[in-house]
Amino acid sequence: MQRHERGIALESGVSRVSVGYQVTSDHQLARLLQIGIVLEEVVEARAYHHHEEMGDDSLDEEIRDLLSHAAEESNEHRERLEAVIDRLDVDSVPFEEIEALVEAQYGQTKPEDFDGVLYDQLCNEETAYKFYDDVIEAIEASDAQFTIDREELLTTLRELREEEADGVEEVTRIMEGRE
Amino acid sequence: MNTADQYVKAIYLLQQIENGPAATGTLADKMDVSPASANEMIGKLESRGLAEHEKYKGVSLTDEGIVQARDALQTYCIIERFLSNVLDVEDFRAEARELEPVIDDMIAGRLDTIIDRKSECPDCFDPESDACQYLDVCDAEAETETEAAD
Repeated sequence: MQRHERGIALESGVSRVSVGYQVTSDHQLARLLQIGIVLEEVVEARAYHHHEEMGDDSLDEEIRDLLSHAAEESNEHRERLEAVIDRLDVDSVPFEEIEALVEAQYGQTKPEDFDGVLYDQLCNEETAYKFYDDVIEAIEASDAQFTIDREELLTTLRELREEEADGVEEVTRIMEGRE
Repeated sequence: MNTADQYVKAIYLLQQIENGPAATGTLADKMDVSPASANEMIGKLESRGLAEHEKYKGVSLTDEGIVQARDALQTYCIIERFLSNVLDVEDFRAEARELEPVIDDMIAGRLDTIIDRKSECPDCFDPESDACQYLDVCDAEAETETEAAD
């Protein structure tokens, strides 16, 4: 299934990377979800800083809304991932430290123009989509039981993946509208 | 990182350690597969122009294989560095090996934006310790070894 046209085929054009990989324990699952949290943190930080650096005057309403929505959605995704990790049988991770680290990195970045902002957002959404897709596949490939119910876990991850897919489509629509 | 990338990366590192072709048995051990599975994959790499196998000597990467191996090694370095420096994972090598099949270069590229990786990467990767020589853990181990030698 090809969800949009800008050479970003989510289902058919992206090579599979997780052949044979299975998530077999709470520990492995938690580690993957931590990576997901960092990816979401990166999306949120980049969206926030693009908005800050470009300023309200330089950005039109459509891009302002896009960045604002991306930051809100990533924040919500992080909270959902953290909620899953909290229910797993693993030590918790200091998320504040990760947040500070990502924030420090993006305090210095500056997008060059609107195209840079949009492409960056597109890459963010695509990466997150691809990540959830791989994690879902790795869980489906395993018959392991986790502390959290498998179906509930998969439902959450599929919802997150779907929202990332919607995000890719939204950025693509805006980019195509500006060509 | 797909299976072929994991193999070319392993061959690349073994060639550095052995200073010559990588022995099939050693490669199978490193990949934790049977010699038959390793041989099967070597055949696939040969058919893709990534490796050459010489009987009784072992397998060597072609120029194209080396380029692919270095890309894979960079991705692996990002995973190790991310686990060690960002998530404070003590046994980052073992976890990196577990995670590498599910972290591709696209995801690694995003993780790379929040770690400090040296410009000489992947040349700073030490095949013997299976980690970047600049990682703190390697430094600590090196210091311990030096102290022991003294």
